[in-house]
Amino acid sequence: MTLSPTALPPTNARAYRALIARRLAILAGFAALLLLSVAVDISLGPARYPVADVVRTILSPGAADMQMRVVVWDIRMPMALLAVTVGASLSMAGAQMQTILANPLASPFTLGLSAAASFGAALAMVLGVALFPGALTLMVPINAFAMAMAAALLIFGLSTLRGVTVETIVLLGIALVFTFNAALALLQYFASEQALSAVVFWTMGSLTKATWGKVAVTAAILVVTLPLFARRAWALTAIRLGEVRAAAMGVPVRRLRLEALVLVSVLAAVPVSFVGTIGFIGIVGPHVARLLLGEDQRFFLPGALLAGALILSATSVLSKALLPGAVLPIGIITALVGVPFFMALILTKGRKAW
Amino acid sequence: MVTLALDQIGAGYGRQMILRGVTTPPIEGGALTALVGANAAGKSTLFRRIAGQLKGPGTVHFGGIDRTELRYMPQDTAMSAALTVFETIILALKQGGGWRLSAAELAQVEGVLARFDLSHLADRQLPELSGGQRQAVSIAQTLVTRPRIVLMDEPTSALDLYRQVEVLNALATYAEETGAVMLLALHDINQVMRSCRSVIALAGGQVLATGPTLDVLGPEMIRSLYGISCRVERCSRGCPMMIVDGVAQPT
Ligand SMILES: Nc1ncnc2c1ncn2[C@@H]1O[C@H](COP(=O)(O)OP(=O)(O)OP(=O)(O)O)[C@@H](O)[C@H]1O
Ligand SMILES: [Mg+2]
Repeated sequence: MTLSPTALPPTNARAYRALIARRLAILAGFAALLLLSVAVDISLGPARYPVADVVRTILSPGAADMQMRVVVWDIRMPMALLAVTVGASLSMAGAQMQTILANPLASPFTLGLSAAASFGAALAMVLGVALFPGALTLMVPINAFAMAMAAALLIFGLSTLRGVTVETIVLLGIALVFTFNAALALLQYFASEQALSAVVFWTMGSLTKATWGKVAVTAAILVVTLPLFARRAWALTAIRLGEVRAAAMGVPVRRLRLEALVLVSVLAAVPVSFVGTIGFIGIVGPHVARLLLGEDQRFFLPGALLAGALILSATSVLSKALLPGAVLPIGIITALVGVPFFMALILTKGRKAW
Repeated sequence: MVTLALDQIGAGYGRQMILRGVTTPPIEGGALTALVGANAAGKSTLFRRIAGQLKGPGTVHFGGIDRTELRYMPQDTAMSAALTVFETIILALKQGGGWRLSAAELAQVEGVLARFDLSHLADRQLPELSGGQRQAVSIAQTLVTRPRIVLMDEPTSALDLYRQVEVLNALATYAEETGAVMLLALHDINQVMRSCRSVIALAGGQVLATGPTLDVLGPEMIRSLYGISCRVERCSRGCPMMIVDGVAQPT
């Protein structure tokens, strides 16, 4: 207006390029930390190996000694990698739930998916009820998955109704949490001692039942969903400016929200059915990404994914390092470590209004 | 010449119809057109209907232009994402596009920020802006793609006097440069008289009058729109202005 646009040097464009470079550096830092954390995670256990030996065994398994190869490849790697894929999935699911529901507290837990999964798992463990016929060994995860998807579909179905706002969806999620928790408590009340302890252990969340199969399934889901979200990066970012504004920019808000809800449901339900209740990743992961990288999905999405993976992997390291010999259920550690970390994060850097 | 014409437009929420038979002659581009009317007259509803966010009877005729070139700025300026001003503008520019940003695109963002006096705020986070600053960002966001049909719902409602004048001048310049149809919902009749070429007057969801600003905005029309008794007089330099006498007594 007073200044002609061309008279200004493009300082803001340069500053923006610098911002992008800084964000790429942060993402690279996350990735490097994650690799380190995974290596340390594998080195820890009843027998501790030097990290260098672990790396060598991973890079050239043929050259390593037999016993170490079995421990590293068959026992510890699936656990360490499941921590990565589960952390990444839960965090990405939380990030996109927060995006489409415009609520920073939305996550697989606050929307009742975990509670539903716990209830499904308990049905199998206490009553021996299989929601789908199939192999008995898979009864617990299949039940958990089925209940989590049922909860997700209920939310999904509700949100397709006209006039249903995001607030309604969040409130329904909270209602689901209470409903499933009550149903779970009822099952526990009637459960045998043995079934009860199985249920309690399951709800604590644990990576000890990791297999290469579970790693492959969770990784495959990530590989499929990530590009689907990435393709919508600008539209998903625009939704954060409000529904009306996004629609004014040409974003098909309703359709995008439904699509994202479907992806998020699968992304959250599968890991939860494999590992049980692991709290806070779905909230803390996205928060870390938001604070460090902002909400441009081109950085927020990979950032949330890496942050979630790193948090769960580092927690796995902690759970082994705290009590050598015993492996504490990781769900307990994520809550114990996650809450103070989370509080510190929001109190020190969180005076911003989002 | 870009034009926008409304033909028997209706719209509402649920069963409740707000707009009925809204018809206008072709609104021509190249200058500002004001949409005036009391609170709840249906201005925002009309914008949503034209922008395609509400369905309803009637037709919107786009002359010499494709409807994808329409941009709409909502009345609500609340924006609280963890994004900088610069990113917010990029976002509007890149919808439907790829991940990469060209130098030309960055220059485009830079240009629209300069045009609305926002360059010094480029790296500020949205939640740290004042209400007026946020509104200016909202305007820049609407215009960054250089649309030629623009609907702005109360673009100056949060601006101080200086910025109202500045922004309306910048919008008029934009209209001249691009030949865009610019329909602005405005409440300040004197600003309308100063900056808009024509006016659409809306009351109770229907068009009361359309035409050149001074033809429409006489004391009678202002009285029936707002229930205010006033005079429209020339100031010592010959510019028309409205002087409020008070609340109109019912006759
Ligand atoms: N989402 C909605 N649902 C139901 N009714 C609505 C909705 N939005 C607006 N209305 C009603 O439609 C009518 C017109 O509202 P609209 O927002 O179009 O008025 P406006 O002319 O923009 O007013 P203002 O000057 O206050 O912005 C009002 O009676 C309002 O109550
Ligand atoms: Mg309005």
